[in-house]
Amino acid sequence: MPEIRVTPLGAGQDVGRSCILVSIAGKNVMLDCGMHMGFNDDRRFPDFSYITQNGRLTDFLDCVIISHFHLDHCGALPYFSEMVGYDGPIYMTHPTQAICPILLEDYRKIAVDKKGEANFFTSQMIKDCMKKVVAVHLHQTVQVDDELEIKAYYAGHVLGAAMFQIKVGSESVVYTGDYNMTPDRHLGAAWIDKCRPNLLITESTYATTIRDSKRCRERDFLKKVHETVERGGKVLIPVFALGRAQELCILLETFWERMNLKVPIYFSTGLTEKANHYYKLFIPWTNQKIRKTFVQRNMFEFKHIKAFDRAFADNPGPMVVFATPGMLHAGQSLQIFRKWAGNEKNMGTVGHKILSGQRKLEMEGRQVLEVKMQVEYMSFSAHADAKGIMQLVGQAEPESVLLVHGEAKKMEFLKQKIEQELRVNCYMPANGETVTLPTSPSIPVGISLGLLKREMAQGLLPEAKKPRLLHGTLIMKDSNFRLVSSEQALKELGLAEHQLRFTCRVHLHDTRKEQETALRVYSHLKSVLKDHCVQHLPDGSVTVESVLLQAAAPSEDPGTKVLLVSWTYQDEELGSFLTSLLKKGLPQAPS
Amino acid sequence: MAAHLKKRVYEEFTKVVQPQEEIATKKLRLTKPSKSAALHIDLCKATSPADALQYLLQFARKPVEAESVEGVVRILLEHYYKENDPSVRLKIASLLGLLSKTAGFSPDCIMDDAINILQNEKSHQVLAQLLDTLLAIGTKLPENQAIQMRLVDVACKHLTDTSHGVRNKCLQLLGNLGSLEKSVTKDAEGLAARDVQKIIGDYFSDQDPRVRTAAIKAMLQLHERGLKLHQTIYNQACKLLSDDYEQVRSAAVQLIWVVSQLYPESIVPIPSSNEEIRLVDDAFGKICHMVSDGSWVVRVQAAKLLGSMEQVSSHFLEQTLDKKLMSDLRRKRTAHERAKELYSSGEFSSGRKWGDDAPKEEVDTGAVNLIESGACGAFVHGLEDEMYEVRIAAVEALCMLAQSSPSFAEKCLDFLVDMFNDEIEEVRLQSIHTMRKISNNITLREDQLDTVLAVLEDSSRDIREALHELLCCTNVSTKEGIHLALVELLKNLTKYPTDRDSIWKCLKFLGSRHPTLVLPLVPELLSTHPFFDTAEPDMDDPAYIAVLVLIFNAAKTCPTMPALFSDHTFRHYAYLRDSLSHLVPALRLPGRKLVSSAVSPSIIPQEDPSQQFLQQSLERVYSLQHLDPQGAQELLEFTIRDLQRLGELQSELAGVADFSATYLRCQLLLIKALQEKLWNVAAPLYLKQSDLASAAAKQIMEETYKMEFMYSGVENKQVVIIHHMRLQAKALQLIVTARTTRGLDPLFGMCEKFLQEVDFFQSFVDKLLDLMPRLMTSKPAEVVKILQTMLRQSAFLHLPLPEQIHKASATIIEPAGESDNPLRFTSGLVVALDVDATLEHVQDPQNTVKVQVLYPDGQAQMIHPKPADFRNPGPGRHRLITQVYLSHTAWTEACQVEVRLLLAYNSSARIPKCPWMEGGEMSPQVETSIEGTIPFSKPVKVYIMPKPARR
Repeated sequence: MPEIRVTPLGAGQDVGRSCILVSIAGKNVMLDCGMHMGFNDDRRFPDFSYITQNGRLTDFLDCVIISHFHLDHCGALPYFSEMVGYDGPIYMTHPTQAICPILLEDYRKIAVDKKGEANFFTSQMIKDCMKKVVAVHLHQTVQVDDELEIKAYYAGHVLGAAMFQIKVGSESVVYTGDYNMTPDRHLGAAWIDKCRPNLLITESTYATTIRDSKRCRERDFLKKVHETVERGGKVLIPVFALGRAQELCILLETFWERMNLKVPIYFSTGLTEKANHYYKLFIPWTNQKIRKTFVQRNMFEFKHIKAFDRAFADNPGPMVVFATPGMLHAGQSLQIFRKWAGNEKNMGTVGHKILSGQRKLEMEGRQVLEVKMQVEYMSFSAHADAKGIMQLVGQAEPESVLLVHGEAKKMEFLKQKIEQELRVNCYMPANGETVTLPTSPSIPVGISLGLLKREMAQGLLPEAKKPRLLHGTLIMKDSNFRLVSSEQALKELGLAEHQLRFTCRVHLHDTRKEQETALRVYSHLKSVLKDHCVQHLPDGSVTVESVLLQAAAPSEDPGTKVLLVSWTYQDEELGSFLTSLLKKGLPQAPS
Repeated sequence: MAAHLKKRVYEEFTKVVQPQEEIATKKLRLTKPSKSAALHIDLCKATSPADALQYLLQFARKPVEAESVEGVVRILLEHYYKENDPSVRLKIASLLGLLSKTAGFSPDCIMDDAINILQNEKSHQVLAQLLDTLLAIGTKLPENQAIQMRLVDVACKHLTDTSHGVRNKCLQLLGNLGSLEKSVTKDAEGLAARDVQKIIGDYFSDQDPRVRTAAIKAMLQLHERGLKLHQTIYNQACKLLSDDYEQVRSAAVQLIWVVSQLYPESIVPIPSSNEEIRLVDDAFGKICHMVSDGSWVVRVQAAKLLGSMEQVSSHFLEQTLDKKLMSDLRRKRTAHERAKELYSSGEFSSGRKWGDDAPKEEVDTGAVNLIESGACGAFVHGLEDEMYEVRIAAVEALCMLAQSSPSFAEKCLDFLVDMFNDEIEEVRLQSIHTMRKISNNITLREDQLDTVLAVLEDSSRDIREALHELLCCTNVSTKEGIHLALVELLKNLTKYPTDRDSIWKCLKFLGSRHPTLVLPLVPELLSTHPFFDTAEPDMDDPAYIAVLVLIFNAAKTCPTMPALFSDHTFRHYAYLRDSLSHLVPALRLPGRKLVSSAVSPSIIPQEDPSQQFLQQSLERVYSLQHLDPQGAQELLEFTIRDLQRLGELQSELAGVADFSATYLRCQLLLIKALQEKLWNVAAPLYLKQSDLASAAAKQIMEETYKMEFMYSGVENKQVVIIHHMRLQAKALQLIVTARTTRGLDPLFGMCEKFLQEVDFFQSFVDKLLDLMPRLMTSKPAEVVKILQTMLRQSAFLHLPLPEQIHKASATIIEPAGESDNPLRFTSGLVVALDVDATLEHVQDPQNTVKVQVLYPDGQAQMIHPKPADFRNPGPGRHRLITQVYLSHTAWTEACQVEVRLLLAYNSSARIPKCPWMEGGEMSPQVETSIEGTIPFSKPVKVYIMPKPARR
C-alpha cells in the first residue's frame, strides 16, 4: 500500500525549530531547518540523528526546502549542511536566499561573540551552506529529479515567504510554512489554487484566535504616535530588524506623507539597512499598492525615515525612533529607553515587565529606573488566525490536514473544528512521532482510440466526473498499462478466441404447440424489452440480440414445454435477466 | 515634420476616401454587379487557399451596400462548396455573418444555405463560426418565430459536438434565441420553449469550464431577454459556486443573484438541518461566502452584487459586519465594541493598560463555528481585502445597503470610518463619499467623530474637501463634538489656508444644523467674560470669521443667542452680512430694525411676486410693435434695467432675467440701428452712420453667442429665436458693408455666404422664404435692397422662457490676484501657475472650458486643461484645479498678466450637418474645433517677472 509518512523533528505540537520530514512515494524531503529560541543547548537544533545514525544525510534526503528566512525556520541550516553534512539541494525563494545569510550571520555573532559559545558554525560555513541553495520563483515548477517536483506559492507573512507543493506522480503534499491570510501594509495575502493535495501541512500558531480587523490596530497605532508627537514627546518603537519593522515603517511613512508631518523618524542602523535594500529589490513580492506605485516611487525609499545616530537621542523636540531589538532586553532600544523613560510626554511600545504594569525597573548596577513614559502594547503579528487557516484549507481542498507550529492544546481545538466542519482527517503529531497516511495513487492507463470511440458511440455523452462501465482487456507490459478491445488483445497476444456459452432450460406450462409457444414468448418479450431487438426467426426460434431461445416439447409431458435459452459470456447480463423473466411464466394469453 | 506629414496623410485620406463613398451611394446600380463579379473573378483566379484568403481579407475591408449583399452572399456560398481549405471556409463563414448584419438587408434568404452547409461541415472551428453567423442572422430577425425555432433546433443538434467552441456557440445561440413566448402556438412550440432552460441547465455540468461558463451566460441572457428562470436553477447554480474555474464561479454568482431577485420569498431548506430560510437570505449567505473566494475577480463580483440585495432580512445583513473574535478560545470584543463601551462608560481615552483588550469569557469550543455558512463577517473580509478593487466594491455595496436600512447604516459606521485610513486614496475618497450619502441616517459618536476629523490633516485636497462636504451634513450628538469639529477645522485652516472657503461653508451648515449644541459654547468661542471686556478680535482673521460663521448660523434659529454677543460682535455681524452674505444669514437682532427689515422679504416666500413681475415686464415688451419707435426704445431700456436689478436681487431668477435682458438688449440695438434717419442716404454720405450700425451688428452677434452657449437649459425653441436674431444681425452687417464698400466683387462672396446661412434655418421669417426664388436669382445689389426693406419690416419675436435656465459662471479662487510679490522665473523657461476655479452650470466643461492668459504685450495664450483636472463635487457644479504654464522673454520690470476662463463654442456642432456642405470640406476635426470663445469669469491679474537668464 503506498503511503505518505510525516515525522516532525521540530514544531510538532510546539512553536520554533521547524523541521518536518516527509516521505512521499519513496522520496524523502525535509521541510524547514529551524532553531529553537528557548534553548541554548543541543535542543535548540533538530535531532538529525533521527534520519540516520551513520552515513551521509545526502543519501537519505532528496532535498531540503526552506519556507522563509525567520531563524526558527532556517536557523539550523549551516549546522545541518556543514557540520552534520548534507550536500543535496536546498530550495528557497530569491528573497529568502538574499536575506537568510544576513540573519544567520547575526545569529552566529550573538551566539559566538556575545555568549562565547564554541563548536558553533562559522561564517565560512554559512557561505558554503548558501552555495548549495537553489532559488525558485513563485509558481515555478522545479524538477528535483525525474519524479519529484516542487512548486512555490505566495504566503505573505514576511518578504519571500512561500508555501511549497511537493509532488511525486499524482501524490502531493503542501507545506505552508508561516503565512497570513490578510494583507498588511507591505505584503499581500497567501494564495493557493485548488491543487487538492493528499496532505496539507499547515502552521497553527493562532489556532484558537479570530482576530479583529487590522485597520483598528493601525489606526490606534497611528493615532497614539501622532498624539504623542504633537504634544512634543518622543516615541520609541522597539522592533525586530526584519518583517514587522518594514510594515511599521511603511505605515508611518505613508501617514507622515498624508498628514504632511515634519517630525523626524529614525531607524537604528545595522542589519536593517541591508535588509531594506533587499526590500527595495523584491518589489514583486510586496502588496498591490507598492507594486502599483513603484514606477513613480519605490515605497521602501523612505523620505521621512532616516538613519539613527546615537547622539540624536538627546535632541530636543519630538521624534520617532525604531530601535532593535524588539524585546528591549539589550542593545540600542534599551539605551534609548533608559534615556526617555523618565519623561511622561514620551511613549514606547515595550518589553514584558513594563507591559505587565511594573513602573519601577531594576537595571544592572542596582539602578532603579522609574518609568514615567506612557507604555502602549500593540500586536502586529502576521500569522493566519483560525478563520484564515480554515480558509486556506478550503482553498486547497486537501484529503487530510496535518497541524504543526502551534501549542498542543490549541491544535486540539482546531483539529476538532477541521474534522467537524470540513470533514477532513486531521493529524497533529508530536516531535518524533510519525503519521502514516495511506494513499490511493491514480494509475494512468492508456486506452486505444478505437475502443474509446466504440464505447462512446454506445452510450450518451461522457459525463464528467462520473464513473462508467467499459468492456475491454487490460494489458500490462513493461510497467505500462493499456486498455484495448478484446479482439485486439487476442490478436496482439496471438491467442485464439474461445466462445463460452451458457445454456439454460426453462419449463413452461403450455399445452399449445412449440411454434405457438415460441410465438407467445416472442410477443411477450417484444412487449417487455422495448429497447432490444427481438426477432422471430423462420425456424421457429426467437433471438433477443444474440441470445437464442428455442422451444421444445419434451416427450414425457405434453403440458409443459421446455424453453432452451442460450447466451454467450458477453451477454451474461441480458441472458440471466431473460431466464429470470421467463421463469416467472408467460402472461395469460388473450383467448 | 513628422507631425506635418501625418497631417498631410490624414487630410488626403479624408479627402480621397470619403467622396468616393458618397459617390458610391449614388451609383448603386452600377456598382452592384461589378462588386460581386469582381469578387467572383478574384476567387476564381485564386490558385492557393492563401491567395483566396488574401482576396477575402481585402474584400472584407470595404463595405457592401444592402442591395448587393445577396449577390455577394451567393458567390461566397458557391465558393464555399468548392473550397477544401478550412481556413478559407472559416473566413467565408465569418463574412457571411458580417454581411447578414448589413443594415437594410434581410438575411432570411441565406439562412437555408447557412444551415445546409452547417450539416456537411466537418471542421469544428468552421462549425463554430457558422453557428456564430446563424446567431447574427437570428438576432437580425427577432420577429420571425419560425426561424428562431429552427435555429434553436440546429443549436440543440450540435450541442453534442466534441469541440468546446461549437458547444459554446450553440449555448450562446440558445441564450439569444431560445423562445420566450410559450403561448404562441401551444402544442409543439410550448414543448421546445420549456426545454430551452433544461437543455442549457444540463450543460452546467459539462466537462469543459468554458462551456459551463457559456451555459451560465446563456441562462443570464435568457433572463435579460425577459424569460422567467425556473427556481430549480438555483440549486444547480449553487453547486457551481465551488467550481475549479474562476470564470464559472463568477458567472454562477451572477446567476444566483438573478434567481434571488426573482424568487426572494420562496423557502429553501438548509442542508444538514431541518430549518428553512428565505431564498434571498440563503443566496445572500452564499454570495457573502464568495467574498472570501480565492480569485479576486470573483470577490469583486460578489462584493458588488451584495449591494443590490435589498430584500435580505436585517438579521442576515447585520451578520456581515460581525466577526466573532476570540483569543485563546476566549471571547474577545472587537476594537469597535470596546470603543463604544468606553464611550458609554464616560471614559474617553484608553489603551494605556496592557491587556486592555484581554479576552474575557471562555468560549464554548463546541459552539464556535469557524466557517459560517451564513453571511458572517463578509464585509469585514471584503473591506480588508488585498485588492483595492474589492475594497472599493465592498464600500459601494455597504453604501447601497446602508441607504436602504437605517439600522444597518448605524452599524456599518465604524467600518466606514476605518476605511478613512486606507492606503489607497481612491478607497478613502469613496468611503468618505459613502458616508456623506448615508449621513441623514446616522449620528456620529464622539470617538467616531474624532477619527473622522483626524483625516482633516490629509495632504490631499480632494480628501479634505470631501470631508468638509461630509461634515456639512453630519449629525453630531454632543456639544463637545461640535467643539472638537471646530477645533480640528481651525487646525486644518492654519495648515492649509487655501481651504478657507470650503471650511467656512462647512461651518455654516454645522452651525445651522446644531443650534442648541452651539448655544452653550458661545461664550467660550467668543471668549467673552461676564465682567471684563476682552480685546476685540481681528476682523480679517479667517479663523475668527470661521467661528463667527458657525455662531451666526446657529443664531438664526436660536433667538436667545444674540443676547450673549458683545458689542463688537454686532458690528462684525453687520460687516460680514455685507461682505460674506452667502455665508452669514439674516438675523433678527434686538434693536436693529434696519438690518432685519431690509432683509425681511427673504423670509416671506417671494417666488410668486418676482416671477410675476418678470412675466409682466416681458409681456409689456412683447406688445412693442404698436408703440412708436421712441417709446419702444425707452420701454426696452427700462425693462432691461429692471431685469438686471431683479437678477441681482433674486438669485433663483438671475438666469432667466439675464437671459431675457440680453435678448431685449439685442432687440434694442437692432431698433436703434434701424432707426437712423440717414438710412436711405447714398453710400458716400453714409460713412458715419455705418460705424454705429456695424458696431451694433457686431455686438448683437456676440450677445447671441452668449445666449446660445452660456446658459444651461436652453431648449431648441430658444435656439431658433437666437439664430433668428443672429441672422438679422448678419443681414444688417451685409447691408452696411454693401453701402460702404465700392465695387461688387467682395460683395458677391458675402452674399453667397449669407444666402447659405439663410438656407440653414428655415425660420428666418416666412416671408423671406417666399422671396427666396427672387433672392437666388437676383444680383447682390438687389438682395441688399430686399433685405433692407425686410429688416425694417421684421417683427419682434416673442421669446418663450425655458423652465430652468442658468447662466454659466466661473470664479477663479486661485490665483487671488492680491500678491505684490511678482512670480520670478528665468525667461525662456516656464513657471507653473496653480489655477483653482469653481464653475457653475457649465455643460461638458472638459471640452468647453479653456484658460486664457493675456500678456501685457497683447499676446494671448489659450490653454486646454486636461479632462482629469475637472472634478464634479455636486450637480451643476464643477471644479477646475489645474496648472498653467507661463513663459515669456525677459522683461525689465515685473508686470501683470491676466488670467481668465473662456467658454469655447462651436455652433456647427449643434446644428445637424447640412447636405450641401461638401463632404470633402467638412473633415471630422471641424466638429470638435472651436468656433469662438466667450469669457465668462472675471479676469485675475498675476504679477510676474521673467528675469533674463544669467550667463
